[in-house]
Amino acid sequence: MTEQASGSHHPQPRPRSGGPQSAPVEHVTGAQSLIRSLEEVGADTVFGIPGGTILPAYDPMMDSSKVRHVLVRHEQGAGHAATGYAQATGKVGVCMATSGPGATNLVTPIGDAHMDSVPIVAITGQVASKAIGTDAFQEADICGITMPITKHNFLVTKAEDIPRTIAEAFHIASTGRPGPVLVDIPKDVLQAQTTFSWPPQIDLPGYRPVTKPHAKQIREAARLITQAERPVLYVGGGVIKAQATAELKVLAELTGAPVTTTLMALGAFPDSHHLHLGMPGMHGTVAAVTALQKADLIVALGARFDDRVTGKLDSFAPYAKIVHADIDPAEIGKNRVADVPIVGDAREVIADLVVAVQAEHDAGRTGDYTGWWEDLNRWRETYPLGYDQPTDGSLSPQQVIQRIGQLAPEDTIFAAGVGQHQMWAAHFIDYETPATWLNSGGAGTMGYAVPAAMGAKAGAEGRTVWAIDGDGCFQMTNQELVTCALNNIPIKVAIINNGALGMVRQWQTLFYNQRYSNTVLHSGPDAPAQANLGTRVPDFVKLSEAMGCVGLRCEDPADLDAVIEKANSINDRPVVVDFIVHEDAMVWPMVAAGTSNDEILAARDTRPDFGDGEDD
Amino acid sequence: MSKHTLSVLVENTPGILARIAALFSRRGFNIDSLAVGVTEHPDISRITIVVNVEELPLEQVTKQLNKLVNVLKIVELEDGQAIQRELVLVKVRADNETRSQIVEIVQLFRAKTVDVSPEAVTIEATGSSDKLEAMLKMLEPYGIKELVQSGTIAIGRGARSITDRSLRALDRSA
Repeated sequence: MTEQASGSHHPQPRPRSGGPQSAPVEHVTGAQSLIRSLEEVGADTVFGIPGGTILPAYDPMMDSSKVRHVLVRHEQGAGHAATGYAQATGKVGVCMATSGPGATNLVTPIGDAHMDSVPIVAITGQVASKAIGTDAFQEADICGITMPITKHNFLVTKAEDIPRTIAEAFHIASTGRPGPVLVDIPKDVLQAQTTFSWPPQIDLPGYRPVTKPHAKQIREAARLITQAERPVLYVGGGVIKAQATAELKVLAELTGAPVTTTLMALGAFPDSHHLHLGMPGMHGTVAAVTALQKADLIVALGARFDDRVTGKLDSFAPYAKIVHADIDPAEIGKNRVADVPIVGDAREVIADLVVAVQAEHDAGRTGDYTGWWEDLNRWRETYPLGYDQPTDGSLSPQQVIQRIGQLAPEDTIFAAGVGQHQMWAAHFIDYETPATWLNSGGAGTMGYAVPAAMGAKAGAEGRTVWAIDGDGCFQMTNQELVTCALNNIPIKVAIINNGALGMVRQWQTLFYNQRYSNTVLHSGPDAPAQANLGTRVPDFVKLSEAMGCVGLRCEDPADLDAVIEKANSINDRPVVVDFIVHEDAMVWPMVAAGTSNDEILAARDTRPDFGDGEDD
Repeated sequence: MSKHTLSVLVENTPGILARIAALFSRRGFNIDSLAVGVTEHPDISRITIVVNVEELPLEQVTKQLNKLVNVLKIVELEDGQAIQRELVLVKVRADNETRSQIVEIVQLFRAKTVDVSPEAVTIEATGSSDKLEAMLKMLEPYGIKELVQSGTIAIGRGARSITDRSLRALDRSA
C-alpha cells in the first residue's frame, strides 16, 4: 500500500480562536481536519492506541498542543478511561482506536457507557473505503456492531464531512440523555486533501431532545406531593448528569420528603443529610427499600425503574402513585406505568417543581409526613447498615473500605469495580457531593475501576482518586497502571483481596449449597485464617512494583490506618494496596434476584419485622 | 393484540433500515410487514411498518424509534382514516379448462393478468390485505405455484400531508 506523504503536511497557520468573524478556510488532510475538530470542540484528552488505519490521525496528533493523547495498554482501558473522565468532569470523554480488533476492544466500554448514559465519543479507523465489505485485514463493521450500544454512530465517507461529524457526535453525546457516539473514519478519508473551517453547520433534523417540562404536569406532580402521606423522592443518575443537585436539595428540604439515591446517583444528595434514606434496590438499605414498598407516592427524578431497584416488578411499590420525570421519553412507562409523566431535563424539572410546590404551600396546602417519618426513622434505627468483624483477627473488607473513605482527602473521587467491594463502597463511604462516585451500574463491567480512575485523575488532576477494586476485577484491566505510571496519573488502588469472585461466591453460598464452582482465585495468602488455599498468585505487590507503582500490603487490622495514610501520602506515583480480607464477608441487606422487595433480608436469615404479622 | 400501521419518515441515509430492523429485533417487537421508499423529497424516505402489538408496547415501539437520530417523524395511521394497499404477484396453475375461470376471478377482484403461458397465469393485484387474502383464497384450489407480496403502504385521507412539517425542519437545517 502506498502511503500518501501526509506526514509532511502540517496544518496551515491557525486562526486565533474566539474570533466570531467568518471562519478562514484551511487546506488540510482529513486527519488534520479531525485533530483540528477535536481541538475546536474542546477535547483536551484522548485515550487511545494507534494502528494501521487510524495511523494518519496520529501524525497531526503529535503536533497538537491542545489535545493530550494518553497511550493506553488495551483499548478497553481507553474506553473506560474516557468514561471515568466524563463522569468526573462532566465533559465528553474521548477514546481512539484502530479498525478491527482495536475497535472491537472498545465494545465493552461503549456498551458500559450506553447503559450508564455517559457522554463519550469513540473515534475508530476503518479500512479504506474501497476495501469495506471485502473482509480486508483488520476490517470489522464497527458501526454495525455498536449500533445497539451507541446513542448514534457515523461512518464518515468524505473528508469534508469530518468537522461536521465530530461536532454532531459531541453534540449528540452530551445533550438530551447523554450517551456514547462512535465515529468510524476510513483510512483514505483521513488521507484525502480537504478544507477545514469551524464552526460547521450541525444538521440533525431528527434529533430534538425535550428539556423543558410541561407546566401542567409539574403542577399535578406538586399537587400529589402535598397530598401524599408517604412520599419518596427516588433519585437517579440523571440528577447528577443534569447538575441538578442544588435544586434537589431545595426540593427535598421544601417538601420534607425522604430521599433515596440509586447506585448511579450516590452523591446527588448528601449521605449525611437527615432526609437521606440511603440506596434502594437489591443491596439497598432496609429503610430505602421499605420506604419505596410502602410509599403512596414515588417521585422518580432521572431514574429508570431498573430491575436491580424494583426487584420483582409486579410487586414493586404496590400502593404508590408514580410521578416519573426523565429526559428520555422512552423510559417513562417502560417498566412501571407513570400516573404523571414528565419529559424534561432534571434540573429544569426540579426547579419548576420547587416553584410549584411553593405555590401549593402559599395556598395553604402542605404535606404532613409526620407519621411516615416515624416509620422511616424506626426502620433506619432498627436496621442500619453494618457488618461483623471477623473473629479470626483478619481484616474486614467493609472496615477497609470505610476507613479509606474516612481518611481520604476532601473531594476524593472513588471509582469501584463490580461486585461485593462495589456494594460496600456504596454503603460505607459517605458521598456528599456529585461526581465523587464512579461505577459501572447498568452494565456491571468487571475491570472498570482502574481505567476509569485513570480517566478521572487525568481529567481532575488536583483531586485524589481511589479505585476500590476486587482481586477478580483488578486482574482484568490492571495493565493500565503502566499507563498511569508512565503518564504521571498517580491514582490509588485498593484491592479488596478475598481470593475469590466474591459476589458470585456469595450467591453460591446462599443459593447453590456452598458449592464454590470456579469462584476461587487463590490470590490470597496460604494462611490458616484463609482456609481456602490461597497461593498469592499473582503477588499484587510485586505486580504493582513491576508496573511502576508503589505496592503496599495490609493483612492486620492494627496496620490498617497506617497503610491507608501511607498510600494517601504518595502522590508522585500510582499506589496499589493489597488488602487481604476475610473471604466469607457478605453484602447485606439483600433482595434475592427475582423476588419481591418485600422479601428483603437485613442479614442472613433475618427478615425485618415491619409489624405486618407475616413473619414466622 | 391488534394491528397498527406506522408511517415513519426517516433521513435517507445508509444504514437506516438496519437501525430500524435491529431495534425491532432487540426489543422483541414483531414486524408484520415493512415497506420502504423515497418520498416527494429525495432526502426523506418513508417506511411503513405494520406491527401486531398491544397498546403499551406500541408506545414503546414509537418512543424507541423516535430516539433514532435519523428518524424524523412517526405517525400511526388509523384504519378508517387511511388508505392501505399491498401488491401481490401470483403465479397460478392454469390449463385450457380452468383459465377462463381464473380470469373471471381476476376480474371480480379488479386484478390484472400480466403473463400467460400454457400451464400458468400470472396475476397482479393491489388492495387491502383483506381483499388480497380473499382473492388468494379463491385462487388456491387451482394451485398457487409462486407468490410474492409487498409490504403494506398507507397514506392518510384528506388534504393534509404528514411530510409537510418534517420537510420544513429539513429545509431549516440545510
